[in-house]
Amino acid sequence: MTDQAVEREVGKARLRKEDARLITGQTNWTDNISVAGLLHMAILRSPMAHARVERVDVSPALGRPGVVAAFSGRDLAEGLGSLPCAWPVTEDMVLPDHPPLAVDEVRHAGDPVAVVVARDRYAAADALEAVEVDYEPLPPVLDLEAALAEDAPLVHADKGTNRAYVWPLKTGEDYGSVKQRADVVVKRRYEQQRLIPNAMEPRAVVVTPLAASGEYTVYSATQIPHILRIMLSVVTGVPEHKLRVVAPDVGGGFGSKLQVYGEEALALAVARKLGRPVKWTESRSEGYLATHHGRGMIQDIELAATSEGRLLGLKVDLLADMGAYLMLVTPGIPILGAFMYPAIYKMDAYEFNCTGVFTTRTPTDAYRGAGRPEATYAIERAMDELAAEVGLDPVEVRRRNWIRHEEFPYTSIAGLTYDSGNYEAATDKALALFGYDDLRAEQAKRNERGDTVRLGIGVSTYTEMCGLAPSRVLRDLRYSAGGWEAASIRMLPTGKVEVVTGTSPHGQGHVTSWSQIAADVLGVPFEDVEVVHGDTKVAPQGMDTYGSRSLVVGGAAVHRAAEKVVDKARKVAAHLLEASEDDLEFRDGVFSVKGSPEARKTIQELAFEAFTSHDVPEGMEPTLNAEHVLDPENFSYPHGTHLCAVEVDTETGRTGIRSYVCVDDVGRVVNPMIVEGQVHGGLAQGIAQALYEEAVYDTEGNLVSGTMADYLVPSAPDLPEFVTDRTETPAASNPLGVKGVGEAGTIASTPAVVNAIVDALRPLGVHDVRMPCTPERVWEAARSAQSSGAARKEGSA
Amino acid sequence: MIPPAFDYVRPAGVEEAVRALADAGEDAKVLAGGQSLLPLLRLRLAFPELVVDVGRIPELRGVREDGDTLVIGALTTHHDVVHDPLVRRHAGLLAQATEAVADPAVRHRGTLGGSLAHADPAGDLPAVALALDAELVAQGPGGRRAIPAREFFTDYLQTTLAPDELLVEIRVPKRDGWGFRYEKFARVAQSWAMVGVAALVRRDDGHIAEARVGLTNMGATPLRATAAEEALAGAGDAGAVARAAESAAEGTRPSRDASASPEYRAHLARVLTKRAVLAAAGMG
Amino acid sequence: MTHISVTVDGTAYEDEVEPRLLLVHYLRDRLGLTGTPIGCDTSNCGACTVELDGVSVKSCTVLAVQADGSEVTTVQGLAPDGEWTPLQRAFHERHALQCGYCTPGMLMAARDLLRENPHPSPEEVRRALEGNLCRCTGYQNIVRAVLSAAEESDGSGATGERSAASAQEVTA
Repeated sequence: MTDQAVEREVGKARLRKEDARLITGQTNWTDNISVAGLLHMAILRSPMAHARVERVDVSPALGRPGVVAAFSGRDLAEGLGSLPCAWPVTEDMVLPDHPPLAVDEVRHAGDPVAVVVARDRYAAADALEAVEVDYEPLPPVLDLEAALAEDAPLVHADKGTNRAYVWPLKTGEDYGSVKQRADVVVKRRYEQQRLIPNAMEPRAVVVTPLAASGEYTVYSATQIPHILRIMLSVVTGVPEHKLRVVAPDVGGGFGSKLQVYGEEALALAVARKLGRPVKWTESRSEGYLATHHGRGMIQDIELAATSEGRLLGLKVDLLADMGAYLMLVTPGIPILGAFMYPAIYKMDAYEFNCTGVFTTRTPTDAYRGAGRPEATYAIERAMDELAAEVGLDPVEVRRRNWIRHEEFPYTSIAGLTYDSGNYEAATDKALALFGYDDLRAEQAKRNERGDTVRLGIGVSTYTEMCGLAPSRVLRDLRYSAGGWEAASIRMLPTGKVEVVTGTSPHGQGHVTSWSQIAADVLGVPFEDVEVVHGDTKVAPQGMDTYGSRSLVVGGAAVHRAAEKVVDKARKVAAHLLEASEDDLEFRDGVFSVKGSPEARKTIQELAFEAFTSHDVPEGMEPTLNAEHVLDPENFSYPHGTHLCAVEVDTETGRTGIRSYVCVDDVGRVVNPMIVEGQVHGGLAQGIAQALYEEAVYDTEGNLVSGTMADYLVPSAPDLPEFVTDRTETPAASNPLGVKGVGEAGTIASTPAVVNAIVDALRPLGVHDVRMPCTPERVWEAARSAQSSGAARKEGSA
Repeated sequence: MIPPAFDYVRPAGVEEAVRALADAGEDAKVLAGGQSLLPLLRLRLAFPELVVDVGRIPELRGVREDGDTLVIGALTTHHDVVHDPLVRRHAGLLAQATEAVADPAVRHRGTLGGSLAHADPAGDLPAVALALDAELVAQGPGGRRAIPAREFFTDYLQTTLAPDELLVEIRVPKRDGWGFRYEKFARVAQSWAMVGVAALVRRDDGHIAEARVGLTNMGATPLRATAAEEALAGAGDAGAVARAAESAAEGTRPSRDASASPEYRAHLARVLTKRAVLAAAGMG
Repeated sequence: MTHISVTVDGTAYEDEVEPRLLLVHYLRDRLGLTGTPIGCDTSNCGACTVELDGVSVKSCTVLAVQADGSEVTTVQGLAPDGEWTPLQRAFHERHALQCGYCTPGMLMAARDLLRENPHPSPEEVRRALEGNLCRCTGYQNIVRAVLSAAEESDGSGATGERSAASAQEVTA
């Protein structure tokens, strides 16, 4: 195509259009919304992990000042269905009922039992204390293995089991026979601690009813206004076309707002019942109980390999903590990981098995990376163990097994077709930036000296599958929806451009990046493009934002829609310039006739012509609009190499990150500044899993890390300065050549950090440290390895 | 997130405050900077009927000298303690440890007196007050009394202050020429000390003549590492300090929580005592 | 109810409030100044940081009655005439925000730092922001922004040009 637009915008570090409001406080968070007559809803939650609800009496609350109404689960049961699970991963998956407000039984600390509605938040909070509830305690279910025993107490007695599902996958040769011919078998158990996503904006919902017509507007701090609209309609029975869902400014999500929450349904139900607008905003501590958690798995991983460190086969057994209920995509999270354990490596056999287990804890669901960080952690940790076992450098063992760049496209043992990649290039670049050889030399010296502060070097070479997702693949995975994305473009009469996207950004900068994409295709100034999103009334179609999908699916849809606009404009231009379409050139927003450059029309002029439609080709629809719904042909497979150097104080167990280098390949880059920011944030969350964060429960099932003072979200002094760089291998599966970047940093960094810690302590005989690698765990690992004399044995290996 | 309702008075002077406390009995809480009380109220872990806001009593603020003693008003904020030239000169340990308290915004509001009266053994300042041998001056209906720090802290969040007494000033003996170091060990920058060690060292002719070591979060109250202090006397090199520090956890009863076991806390107390003393003695 | 008079972002207010009313709720719910958000209930996140009589405080950990007679500056008062402060510009130019929820608190905390220490080291910037949590940026660009604002306010003049220059650098 000779006349493709010159790309002036894509690739440029455009400053964000979103920032102006955010740095001046002119924000529109859900909790900011206030309307006349607004009532505040507060929710009473179970203080117990598991109990029969014998009695709920809300009447004492009704007499409190300012209280308008109060409801028990029974009061609202009529007209409120079960909260949805959209991913029944197997045909026989156990799907328990999940009422938004508990009726007979509470199944995790924080399960809601009553709501109070009052004139302001203070009155509502006070009145909660007046509600009377009698609980008959039931045994908590907390241990994943014990929960599967024959006589285990049950989370859902009516289901007869705590096993939600068993999901197997076997590909390639038979793992058992492959193992027969292996020289080395590495078998490890890793634990993925539960994490709390901690988007900075707590969740909130406001529902405003228009009683006369039965219409409701739901404002929610959600990542998924479109999906929420469908699901709220199903749960509450309000017809879908009478529901408008708005995601105003949303302060981060990381998967935690990819959910259909009970509070959203309750606010709608209460607004419907009272005919008045209702707001609910969670406090942080409340959110720790009520907003879904992430991770929570036990991973048994086994590698079979040759003595040269070549992988023959891989076997993975997972126990995945579902928590008390199956929420929107709870059961599917570990399954997203199932395909990623083989990672970038070639092998002959792969066997995977996942068992979903109910426990009496807050449900789990998507958290940044959702299944892939867990998989990447296990395989990258195990590859280091293999390297140690066969006496190879960890980078070398990876080189011997990874897919070489000339082998792309490559179908992995798990059946994914990786379209593109260059692991060699990213790794070489990272090693050079990191100064790998120098650090290894320093490490050897320090080990020789027996320093109490050890140096450790960790590597993680990852890929991941994102850009969710080809709809047909989702069908095969039994997911209940498609994976397409919609975009429409309106060229306004004055030549300005409105891009309507079905993605729903909450920090990702879509307004800026989509403007860049549209500006390039249309050849209009970046400033002339506005992007609207996050309101089912103005952006009626969409599949929203999660799974690093927005750019590769939604951005690509914007690109395609813009191309359609150009195609239509070309017809108008040809008509007005009295030339054939083939004789037209389109460059920088200008159509001109080849050979006579003075015969020209800008696309912005053509927008006006198409608006008046006084003189357009016969039969053409007026206006210069187009839409495109794009179903991706494949997942997106970013990859990269992350290197971490840590200093481990063996006396105290404290780990300090000395340097962190990552080279990511996310294909072509629309806005390098935004991409770098995504990587930084991803790294922070991945490192936080390695070192700091854990949702800790006691033996009764109480969340011990129940406030932000106890759950350790790192602040600026707790994280290092990152060195980030990129290689660029364009994706073959979308018109922009882009790959997802939102989760890559999180996926890659956790194993890089833990590998570094174990590497520092390996000379002492340490093989593993459980996450988060707290000072005590590190100290304990070093101490017990030393006292058991493991160092000597290791030394001879 | 929503505090329970309470009555509120804002006395203009100490006597008025004490009267208000005396009238209210056990159900009153003193509000100074509010950085400990307000989090308790927000999580509804405290339900006072009356809050006595002493934040506007000017004479409770500021630092002055009284011979060999520094007198620090109870309402002096952490920020002011950190930056006060008198404190920096004569009680450097206090300035250094106060800088480790929470974060700058909290230090703008939080007060020295409030931190001590709150008596959280995981707070940084109670152990420092012990190490410094500070005196805490309380005023009640019957007048003032000075309470040595070692008698002030009685149990977890408990002090000898009577309900009608207000902590008005902290008297700190000047420690000119003493080396000092506060070693705080926390999992993240803004978390509470898992263990903290406040060390004060007087050197004489290359040896440690006297060492005073306060321990944060090694029991229900702040503690002195007395066995280590005795063993440190006369230590002349790093090896001797390390040996002496081995007894730092003697007599302590550290708790178990999500971030550490008692055994690990005891270990940390020993390592941090060694480090703090070495640094304080300039032997590090 | 207790009577208070407070000046917020240059406007004087007189109100009757419950003593337990948190300053942040007074700002948001009573005055409609929703630029200051709430991120936690334990004084850890710093999202609600405002300036009270010239110093940074967490407005969730101050009662409205404690602010009686005081002057409060929120993020909404930083650029009264629409001209951004060097910090605001630097946050924009250095991509120091993504979702933006922590941004008001970060700006107020950074402003406090630069007032006391106009030439902080990267380490000092990190320490000064220890009470402000961000979940999006990994802090790196926030630190960069604060350092760049410090540099811009260096007094070497031509701050506008400098700002334009740094913007170019970022977009290059």
